Amino acid sequence: MSSQWTPGRRAVVKGLGAAALTAGIGVSARRAHAADLVVGFIYVGPKDDYGYNQAHAEGAAACKSMAGVKLVEEENVAETLDVQKTMESMINLDKATLLFPTSFGYFDPHMLKVAEKYPKIQFRHAGGLWNEGKHPKNTGSYFGYIGMGQYLNGIVAGHTTKSKKLGFVAAKPIPQVLLNINSFTMGARAVDPAIRTQVIFTGEWSLPVKEAEATNTLADQGIDVVTCHVDGPKVVVETAERRGMMTCGYHANQAKLAPKGYLTGAEWNWANVYKSFIEAAQKGAPFGNFVRGGLAEGFIKTSPYGPAVGETARKHADSVKAEIMKGGYAVIKGPLKDNKGKDLIAAGTAYVETAIELESMNYLVEGVIGSI
Amino acid sequence: MTEAVAPRAEIAAPARGDLEVRLKRAAEAIVVPLVALLAATALFSVFLLLLGKSPADFFALVAQGAFASWFSLQNTLQRAAPLLLTALCCAIPARLGLVVIGGEGALALGGLAAAAAGIAMTGAGGTTAQLVMVGASLVVGGAWIGLVGALRHWRGINETISSLILSYIAIALMNHFVEGPLKDPASLNKPSTAAIPDVAAIGTIPGTDVHWGLVIGVGLCVVLWVLMSRTTFGFAARIVGGNLRAAQLQGLPVGRLILIASAIGGACAGLAGMIEVAAVHGRANASLVVGYGYTGILVAFLARHNPLAVIPVAILFGGIVASGGLIQRRMGLPDATILVLEGIVFVAILVSDTLYGRWRIFQPRATAP
Repeated sequence: MSSQWTPGRRAVVKGLGAAALTAGIGVSARRAHAADLVVGFIYVGPKDDYGYNQAHAEGAAACKSMAGVKLVEEENVAETLDVQKTMESMINLDKATLLFPTSFGYFDPHMLKVAEKYPKIQFRHAGGLWNEGKHPKNTGSYFGYIGMGQYLNGIVAGHTTKSKKLGFVAAKPIPQVLLNINSFTMGARAVDPAIRTQVIFTGEWSLPVKEAEATNTLADQGIDVVTCHVDGPKVVVETAERRGMMTCGYHANQAKLAPKGYLTGAEWNWANVYKSFIEAAQKGAPFGNFVRGGLAEGFIKTSPYGPAVGETARKHADSVKAEIMKGGYAVIKGPLKDNKGKDLIAAGTAYVETAIELESMNYLVEGVIGSI
Repeated sequence: MTEAVAPRAEIAAPARGDLEVRLKRAAEAIVVPLVALLAATALFSVFLLLLGKSPADFFALVAQGAFASWFSLQNTLQRAAPLLLTALCCAIPARLGLVVIGGEGALALGGLAAAAAGIAMTGAGGTTAQLVMVGASLVVGGAWIGLVGALRHWRGINETISSLILSYIAIALMNHFVEGPLKDPASLNKPSTAAIPDVAAIGTIPGTDVHWGLVIGVGLCVVLWVLMSRTTFGFAARIVGGNLRAAQLQGLPVGRLILIASAIGGACAGLAGMIEVAAVHGRANASLVVGYGYTGILVAFLARHNPLAVIPVAILFGGIVASGGLIQRRMGLPDATILVLEGIVFVAILVSDTLYGRWRIFQPRATAP
């Protein structure tokens, strides 16, 4: 490399370079129609990840056809100053008045900081624990009880497995993920208490190489049905299909990736949620700060059954689903032991999907092989 | 590359012709990268046309999103701030001929150390807490990349490989502490350390949205430029980079120079982590690892490892990234478009290195005796 450098040369060069880019090109801002409601969606990963982000992007896409609505979207936005600047850019340059930052890490401090600065803009976040009095009034959160979807996944998996060994590729041992692992396992064990679920934590939300390794390891152990909780289930589902395993999906519908082995899946149904927020905004109606819902409220849905799902499995899952739709169904209930044999919940205690106790789950239930 | 620029270095022009030589050199240094940028723009325009998008729209949006308004300019500067420091992590050891690419890990550990120090200083005054946090991040970041230098000098381990691998280890260590011993029990679904005290937070420059990290970054670039260009340490370091054998024959303390330069670089990246914690997140968590360390490598190479040149290059990168969002939203192009642009600019500027000394107009005339 050159060792002869004069100060400031590069500065001049870059200044000129920037000027060259900008000079002589008229700035042609495409402004939204004055009456349009501009809604911003922000994703932490790619919009087509067959997972968390795709589920949100599909929800957003469903709002495109609504009259008087203009969508602005940005993908691959990091959970740092980047997302604060993206929100501000949507507000200042696109005139957005309703924002959906969809990644969990966007909530605190990023969305809260920007919301304080722009009190007239509405912010709704996927999954944050919004607290009255503690958080700004123009913010809020929405989420769905997707553990029920994993419970139904477990029932279908329980009927389908021949080896009685299931696999779960998980990102981090946080409450949301643990609830899914436990629900899946309890669904399967409702079919046959001899079933075990081997869990592998990859440590990151998106780490395709490790996800593939984990799936292969599960296959090598003779496990024949896997599911997962990572941002993009694509790698897990594709690897499982190649290894001749069956899969239950998560976040979005991955049936296309595994035409043979895809059984069913626990999917978000954000279209519903986003439409109702946007309708409220258009009417000027107040919209909720803490919005939660499950299967019954249309916040989550299940993928259509794949070809490998037998008649008994369908009937069993459908009947449980009908029970869940009625409300008050509890998956996590006593008597319940953790996977080390310790008593967790006494007989007679039941936590329905709305129970606040589930949000701080820190155990793996009996039947799960693995540790936190 | 060294051969191409060597003639400039060896010119011993007489006093009268000195100004002319300097002007010609300056002109060459401006024109060559400019040609490279124009070539990159042209190549990228072809790419856009192939996608059926208008290059004019694209560059208008870059201008609007990065530089054209006060908001956009602040956005750009804010995004440039961490890159200044992570670029130094690559640029300083590079003057000694070391390609260190482990800034990401040093940033993560520096941020973790700063958060731990900040929590430990709860109850102390703001400035005291901040200074302890800065100290912790400098020591930890410096030690981490210093280790890379030590492995290189005493064990002959390739510094590029070791810094990359140590970076993975650093990130794993940070995750271990954030999800284990240092975890705030209240951070359920996003494991984080406890928050640093409010008084220890770094605020914004008055009248702007930009945090003081930008000023710290620019200041360090200037200080390290002086160190590398105007001191005996810098001179010795550059000799090591130019010719290791010659440096050894001269009796220069090669090992110490390598160790110090690596540690300085690591300390810069560690400081970047401290600023992320104190100015942005208020605590340490996985959000520290968002690629600033890797983008810093790109910035350092484009600045040809000149600390002063890091400043404009980081701002250019900040601008490109700042406008990236607007381009996604307005043109419907995927996020990767900006990466393609960055890649083309990178290659064009590296190739342009071969142009130095090729154009007669920039060469000094042979002077009569």
